[in-house]
Amino acid sequence: MSKQEFTITVYTENQVGLLNRIAIIFSRRKINIESMNTSPSEVEGIHRFTIVVNETEEVIKKLARQIEKQVEVLKAYYNTGDEIVWQELALYKVSTDEIAEKVKVERLLREYGARAVAIRKDYTIFETTGHREETDRLVKFLEPLGLIEFVRSARVAIIKASEGFHEKLRQFERQEPGEELVENEFLGQNEEIFTM
Amino acid sequence: MQSTLQQPQKVASPTKTETISGSEAVLKALLAEKVDTLFGYPGGAIMPIYDALYDYREKLQHILVRHEQGAIHAAQGYARSSGRVGVVFTTSGPGATNLVTGLADAMIDSTPVVCITGQVFAHLLGTDAFQETDVINITTPVTKWNYQVTDATELPHVLAKAFYIARSGRPGPVLIDISKNAQLQKFEYEGYTPCDHIRSYRPKPIVRKEYLEEAAKLINAAEKPFVVFGQGVVLGNAEKEFLRFIEKAGIPAAWTIMGLSALPTDHPLNVGMLGMHGNYGPNVLTNECDVLIAVGMRFDDRVTGRLDKYAKQAKVIHLDIDPAEIDKNVKTTVPVWGDCKETLPLLTKLVDQKVYPQWLDTFNKYKKDEEAICIHPEKNPEGDVLSMAEVIAALNELTKGDAVIVTDVGQHQMVACRYAHFNKTRSNITSGGLGTMGFALPAAIGAKFGAPERQVIAVIGDGGFQMTIQELGTVMQNKVDIKILILNNHFLGMVRQWQQLFNEKRYSFVDIESPDFVQVAKGYHIDGFATDKREALKAALKTMLDHNGAYLLEVSVGKEDNVFPMVPQGCSVSEIRLK
Repeated sequence: MSKQEFTITVYTENQVGLLNRIAIIFSRRKINIESMNTSPSEVEGIHRFTIVVNETEEVIKKLARQIEKQVEVLKAYYNTGDEIVWQELALYKVSTDEIAEKVKVERLLREYGARAVAIRKDYTIFETTGHREETDRLVKFLEPLGLIEFVRSARVAIIKASEGFHEKLRQFERQEPGEELVENEFLGQNEEIFTM
Repeated sequence: MQSTLQQPQKVASPTKTETISGSEAVLKALLAEKVDTLFGYPGGAIMPIYDALYDYREKLQHILVRHEQGAIHAAQGYARSSGRVGVVFTTSGPGATNLVTGLADAMIDSTPVVCITGQVFAHLLGTDAFQETDVINITTPVTKWNYQVTDATELPHVLAKAFYIARSGRPGPVLIDISKNAQLQKFEYEGYTPCDHIRSYRPKPIVRKEYLEEAAKLINAAEKPFVVFGQGVVLGNAEKEFLRFIEKAGIPAAWTIMGLSALPTDHPLNVGMLGMHGNYGPNVLTNECDVLIAVGMRFDDRVTGRLDKYAKQAKVIHLDIDPAEIDKNVKTTVPVWGDCKETLPLLTKLVDQKVYPQWLDTFNKYKKDEEAICIHPEKNPEGDVLSMAEVIAALNELTKGDAVIVTDVGQHQMVACRYAHFNKTRSNITSGGLGTMGFALPAAIGAKFGAPERQVIAVIGDGGFQMTIQELGTVMQNKVDIKILILNNHFLGMVRQWQQLFNEKRYSFVDIESPDFVQVAKGYHIDGFATDKREALKAALKTMLDHNGAYLLEVSVGKEDNVFPMVPQGCSVSEIRLK
């Protein structure tokens, strides 16, 4: 099994220290986190971590189980790139003079899907949202023009097949959660699984 | 109208409150959780709790240890012998950091422990205050759960959660760090409600019928089935259920050292110990069985040896309460998720009543070889020098397998696990996963408090004993009736054995000198005796066991004896060496 990019989505309680608990699951195994984002989720009071890691599926599965084992974690999912819709946001600061002199700004905005979020006498800040290649393209373009500052956010992702967490949470709140919560990946794969 | 209707309702269901301090809330929580004994060491940041404890000293027995590591190992011993949650009090800073080894040990061996540590005043957090340390972050990797309380009103709820998490599901250590202001803070106490549900925490996976059926099918079709079991059987209080299962299915069963004593030693289906220094048959036949049924064990590398040559021919059924254990090390054919207390009876119902005389005979054949090459010579050494195995064998004759044996880590541990007899569960207490030298003495103290009616014997090497030797003070002060059996080979024996076998006898810093242990014990008013004579051994052991109160017996054994069989590191279990 070769390494590939996986996006792990974790639904958690909002608790101090949980970020560390989750982060050390990776660092203990010397696995580098490509990006990590924490934010509210569709359910009030439930937080959502989005973690990007390059690993084999076998390792990712074990990581997801270790994450889910944490007391304050409700659920961990992992997905490949084609199972999610994802975006990253990037900000670029350039000299206003430089841009005004050398570039047709409207072309820049159109071609790179960029927006100017601040325009001042001395500098201008552009923003783009998209996949890594898209935000990188603008870096390449702006570098010769003296890119002063660049920053890119962690990935945020929506799982295409997910029906959200509201119903799940109701299940979790019950003393005896239903079977569907187990989401056992062995189920329905008897042929594959019951042979070595 | 509405407001008048609401008024009497409030009065009708009054919550009786009283104003108490955070410290008192802690002690009330312990009483509500039926804690009777705790192990600890006071210090600045936990003084308010100790002050409150002064008024509770009749209800809560506090054992003052000599080092915080001793406190947590004692709590572990208590938990392991009693099946209840061990409780520890220590102060902030060094008091808390001294717990780390014990927490790691309890984490890897799934021992339910609740540690309460004092912390500096909340307004001093992050200022490098005196005895301030970031205990929560230091202990995160070695706790099942931890939490810092800086507001006393949280305490009843947090402690209820702590006990619930520590003991439910796969048990483990929990640490609650309480700032001094929260200990002092007065608040309206509304009573204590035990916790039985946390929405983000599922202690047990749901038992799935289809897996049990699939597992039973494999077992019923098997010709050479083999059960390997671990501490899960003990933690699930499922010894009876386990026994019924193997007896009905007629399957030979071997144990990891954490599972030892869950099945009586002399049971005809008990085929012995797994792993690096386990028995010959169970190791070799792991690679010959057709269905391997793992119950409450986690396929530790010391058990499996080389993983890519482990039970490759077998279909693997894994019963475990922790979903993260399934497929972690060994690929499972059928996972049976759940508490084995529930899954074993269900499985027993589905399996056919069977016997495998020929298969069982194969184990006996290997046993005979091992008997001839290892066991007999070890128990009956040529020459005058005593062997560890003959000491344990002599001990068996006296205890008849009824004692709790607490072992440290190293050669004596492997020999004790291999040779000690057990009739009763929760009788073998050892540091299995972490391999913590210094575990045995404090753990034996705790084990005695957890099972006061039982004979508790700490079997310790000369190296490990010196790591927590200060706990003799705890034995003295609390008159703890434990027997300390030191098997002294004047070496750090296990490392020496490896250096002999794999490093061309380059004995690098394994030559350890010891004090006169009997004299040291005398200093603590503990009686003792030392011998290296075969003819004195039996009587010396008997004197120790019959002694009223703590006793130390030091037995000098062969300096360069090795523990065999052995699966060398990096080798498959079928490459086990008998010499």
